[in-house]
Amino acid sequence: MSKEKIKISEDLYDIMPSDYQDLVKSATYGKEDRGWKDIGNSKELIEQHSLCAGCPESMAFRYILASLPNPEDTVMVGSTGCTSLVFPMVAVHNIHSLFGNQNAIASGLKRALSVRFPGRTKDVVVLAGDGATVDIGLDMTLQAWFRQEKFTTICFDNELYANTGGQESGLMQKGFVAKMAPVGKLFDKVRLPEIARESGCHYVIQCTVSKPSLVEKVVRNAVMIAREIGPTYLQLYTPCILEIGKNSMEGLQEMRDSEKPTERFAYREYISEPAKQLLAEISAKDKEKKAAAKQLASQGA
Amino acid sequence: MTQYRVLPGPEHFLPPSAASMGICLPDPGEAHINGVIVPEEKAYEEAAKQFLMAKVPTLFPGPLVLWAWNEKAAKKATAIRHLYNTIKECVQPGQTPMLIPMPDYRPKYPKINPEVEINPNHPNLTIWHNKIDCCMFIGVHCHQANLSLKIIRGGTSCYTIAMCAQAGHEDAMLSFRDASVEKIMKLADAVKRLKGTVKPRLTSAKNGA
Ligand SMILES: Cc1ncc(C[n+]2csc(CCOP(=O)(O)OP(=O)(O)O)c2C)c(N)n1
Ligand code: SF4
Ligand SMILES: [Mg+2]
Repeated sequence: MSKEKIKISEDLYDIMPSDYQDLVKSATYGKEDRGWKDIGNSKELIEQHSLCAGCPESMAFRYILASLPNPEDTVMVGSTGCTSLVFPMVAVHNIHSLFGNQNAIASGLKRALSVRFPGRTKDVVVLAGDGATVDIGLDMTLQAWFRQEKFTTICFDNELYANTGGQESGLMQKGFVAKMAPVGKLFDKVRLPEIARESGCHYVIQCTVSKPSLVEKVVRNAVMIAREIGPTYLQLYTPCILEIGKNSMEGLQEMRDSEKPTERFAYREYISEPAKQLLAEISAKDKEKKAAAKQLASQGA
Repeated sequence: MTQYRVLPGPEHFLPPSAASMGICLPDPGEAHINGVIVPEEKAYEEAAKQFLMAKVPTLFPGPLVLWAWNEKAAKKATAIRHLYNTIKECVQPGQTPMLIPMPDYRPKYPKINPEVEINPNHPNLTIWHNKIDCCMFIGVHCHQANLSLKIIRGGTSCYTIAMCAQAGHEDAMLSFRDASVEKIMKLADAVKRLKGTVKPRLTSAKNGA
C-alpha cells in the first residue's frame, strides 16, 4: 500500500511523459488521510475528462478519486454511459463492464481478489449511471446486495440516459420531458435508496455533490463499511446540465437548489447497527491518533 | 505449408492475423523472420541489419519494462538503454534513432502526443509522425503487442521487431522469444559488430514512414 508499486525504471525515467512522472512524484497513493483538500496540491488521479464543460459528473469524479481510502489497492468497475468516457483518464485500476452488468462483475472480482490476495485489503467500487444501476442493471444491482457482496455501489443519478441523448430512466422525476422522451414520465422516481436499505445495504446515502467534504465523508464511510461488513450504496445527484438546459456554470446551483430540505435530493442516510458501530470505532481510533500526534508535537516543541 | 509472409505493409485496413494465415511461433532457441522459423542467431544479425539500415530505428519499451515492478524489469530497462545507446553510436549521419515509451494501454483520445509516446490502439500515429521505418516492441503485454503490430502492418510500411518475453509474435516481421537481459545485450553486440557494413536507406519509405 504505497508508492512502491509505481516506481519508474531509473534508466527509462527521462523518456516517460510528464503525466506519469507527476503521478509518481506527487500523487497521493499511500497517503492515509488523503481527501478533497489534496486537490490543487497534488497530482490528481484523473488526468482530464471528456465530459461536457461544467458537467457535475466531473466534479463528482474528482472528489471521489481524491477520497478513496486505498486507491492503489482499489479496482473500480464502470458501465457504459457518460462516466465510461472518463475511466481511460483515471489512474486507478478499472474495468469497463457490459452495460448493466457492473454489480455482477464486481461480485466476482471482489471474491477473486480475496482469494488471490488473502492478506491484503482490496476495495472494489462500482461507479455507474442511473440507467445502468436502476434500469438495465437492476437485477445485478439487487442480487449483489441480497448476497451481501462486500463492495460499494455508487450511482451517478442524472435522472436520464444522458450518453444516448436523453431517454427516460427509472430515476427520472414523474412528468419530466426529455429530448428523447417527449410524452413525459408517467410514474414516480424509483425509490432506490429505500430499496437498497431493504435489500441489505449497510450504508445508504442520497446527496448531491455540491460539497466536496460531504462527498469525501460518504465515500470513505461507504468503502470502509463495504470492506468490513457488507454492501453500501451512494446515490449522488450529478445533473446533466446539457439535458436540463443549463449552462456550464449552473450545475452547482442546480445541485444546491435540489438539496434543500423539501427537495428530492435532500440529504438522506441509512446506517445499519453494525455499520454504526464500525464508524464509531474508526472515529475513536482517529481521535486517538490525533491526540497522540498532538502530544508528540508538544513534547517536541 | 503456408505461402503467407509477414512483410512490411501497408497490407490493408484490418490485415489478417498472421496466425490465421498459418504462421507458427518459434520453439525455444529459434526466432522467426517474415514468418519463417530460423535459428535465433540469424535473427540477431537480421534485426541488427534492419536497425542499421533504417532512417529512424526506434525502440518502443512497454509497461513491463518502463515500470520497475520487480528487479528483472529494472535490469531489462538498463539493457534497453544500452541497446539504444549502441544503435545511436553505430548509425551514420542522417539516421535518427528514437526511444519512445508505451506507458500503458488505455485509449487516449484525443490526447496522444506522438512525439513523446506510442499507444497500442493507434500506434500508426506515432509511426507516421516520426517517420519511423523500423521499430522494436519490448515489454508490451502480448495481447496489446499483437493488436498493435497488426495495426502497424495494416497501415504503415514500418518494419516491426518483437523482443517477446513469452513465445514470440507472429504479427511482427521478426520475432525473438523468451526475451532476457542477455538477449537484449546480444542484440546490441550484433549491432556493434555490423557497424559500418550496412548501407542505410536514407530516403524514407512510402507510407510509413
Ligand atoms: C447492453 C447495452 N445496452 C444499451 C446500450 C446503449 N447505451 C449506452 S449509454 C446508455 C445510457 C446510459 O445511461 P446512464 O446509465 O444513466 O448513464 P449516463 O450517460 O446518464 O451518465 C445506453 C442505454 C449499451 N451500450 N449497451
Ligand atoms: S451529456 Fe450530461 S451527463 Fe453527459 S457529460 Fe454532458 S452534461 Fe454530463
Ligand atoms: Mg444517467
